[in-house]
Amino acid sequence: MTAAEAAIRICDVSHQFGEIGQARHVQALKDTSLDIARGELHCLIGPSGCGKSTLLSVIGGLTKPTTGSVTVSGKPVRGPMPHDIAYVFQESALFPWNTVLENIVLGMKFQGVPKAKRRDRARRALEAVGLEAFAQHFPGQLSGGMRQRAALARALSLETDILLMDEPFGALDEQTRMVLGEDLSVLLSRSHKTIVFVTHSLGEAVFLADRVAVFSARPGTIKQIIAVDEPHPRKPSFMTALKFHALRDQLYGLLHDEIRKSIAETAPLRRRYDDTAEKNEGVA
Amino acid sequence: MNSREPLAIRIASRGVQAFFLLGLLLVWFVATNVWHISTILLPNPLNVWQQLIDVVRSGEFVGDLRITLTEFASAFTIAVALGVTVGYSISRSRYLIKVFEPLFSAIYAIPIILFLPLYVMIWGLGPPSKIALGATIGFFPIVLNTISGFGSVDRTLTSAARSMGASDMQMFWHVLLPAALPIVLAGLRMGFTVALLSVIGSETIAALAGLGHRIVNLAENMEMARMFAYIVFVVAIVAVLNVALTMIEAYARWQ
Repeated sequence: MTAAEAAIRICDVSHQFGEIGQARHVQALKDTSLDIARGELHCLIGPSGCGKSTLLSVIGGLTKPTTGSVTVSGKPVRGPMPHDIAYVFQESALFPWNTVLENIVLGMKFQGVPKAKRRDRARRALEAVGLEAFAQHFPGQLSGGMRQRAALARALSLETDILLMDEPFGALDEQTRMVLGEDLSVLLSRSHKTIVFVTHSLGEAVFLADRVAVFSARPGTIKQIIAVDEPHPRKPSFMTALKFHALRDQLYGLLHDEIRKSIAETAPLRRRYDDTAEKNEGVA
Repeated sequence: MNSREPLAIRIASRGVQAFFLLGLLLVWFVATNVWHISTILLPNPLNVWQQLIDVVRSGEFVGDLRITLTEFASAFTIAVALGVTVGYSISRSRYLIKVFEPLFSAIYAIPIILFLPLYVMIWGLGPPSKIALGATIGFFPIVLNTISGFGSVDRTLTSAARSMGASDMQMFWHVLLPAALPIVLAGLRMGFTVALLSVIGSETIAALAGLGHRIVNLAENMEMARMFAYIVFVVAIVAVLNVALTMIEAYARWQ
């Protein structure tokens, strides 16, 4: 892929929290490089703590990497780029004291959209996610799924080329996230946005992504990239196709060892379990 | 008070509250008129009522009320201005929070009124020493709540605002302030109460004028009924101030 085709170029990004030698020191990301093409939906998947969310926040300019660099549309990322990148967070990052409509309008105010255009664009974004009827509701009055739709509407109203989504459906139940995934696929096929999507769910990754980057356990780096060759918008029937299951199994195979490694960090828990098992035997 | 409670329950609890106060009044009346408790300890409520009318009609209270209210208003204004600015500045840095939050909590736990003699030596017996003490005591709950209000804003919200390009001013007005406001307002209410207590309290200990000073003076002259009338008067003033504060608070929340 040439630099012109890549919407996002990630070059040798490493990130650590805390200094080496400190108890809190964590090497989250190690020498990660990745090119993300214009108009593709790229999923990042990996065990907990592998640094996939950190990478997303580095792309979004919210975290400055320890080493390495990211360029977005040919410009180096040095901080938030509100005209190029919109963000959707795991939990609703809607302002609870504003209505859904006010939230969307406020986002555009931050971005610098002229006042006259804000209402109109907000209405269109709400229609795109099917929340027209809830414009005057406060986030606290909506279900989790509706809140994430509203957060998506706020990101869409910014009309950026790139959308970063950090486990946006992570806190939702399985059925809701499947339906939202279908909607997102439809939206994507219309908008031609570049989307980077962090997820825990194998099915979600295969269903949504054009390509999936599989991360290794901490310190995280990309282990393999898998292409999902299936046009958007994707139908629910894709989920029962042989291809879907083959890809899902392939992903699971890649992730399995990494997940074991990341679970190994919680070994003390397991020992405690064994202790109690022995005690119980003693009593018996 | 939960406004979603059914009306019947709210009326019922109000009724019980009213009955409780009426009951106290009745016990007071019976204690003085039937059991004949010494009027030096407990004056007759009817006498107190007459004295209260006399205090209000004669306008004798005006000078003392003006002094107490001016002292309190000055003390509270200083406490709010200092508490909010210092608290906000500290809340911007995790290091400063770590240094000052435990320090202020520790000082807040000390009965600062013990320093009143020192304040009187520095600022004299007049209003300045009351203002300084009220401002000092009111400062701590305000600064502590301002630190915790602005220091505990959900990071997802600030990240979201930053990713959308919010300027520092926009971040303050649209994210930090509304997020911190409920906790800061709770601090202002505590500061209000303790500043008022310290102003009136220090007037009873060392002062030349003011409602607290007047009450102690009447006690020393054994004018118990008039002293009680003044206490009722102060309670009424404080109730009015509290209602005003609640209205301002509701308005701020609504904004």
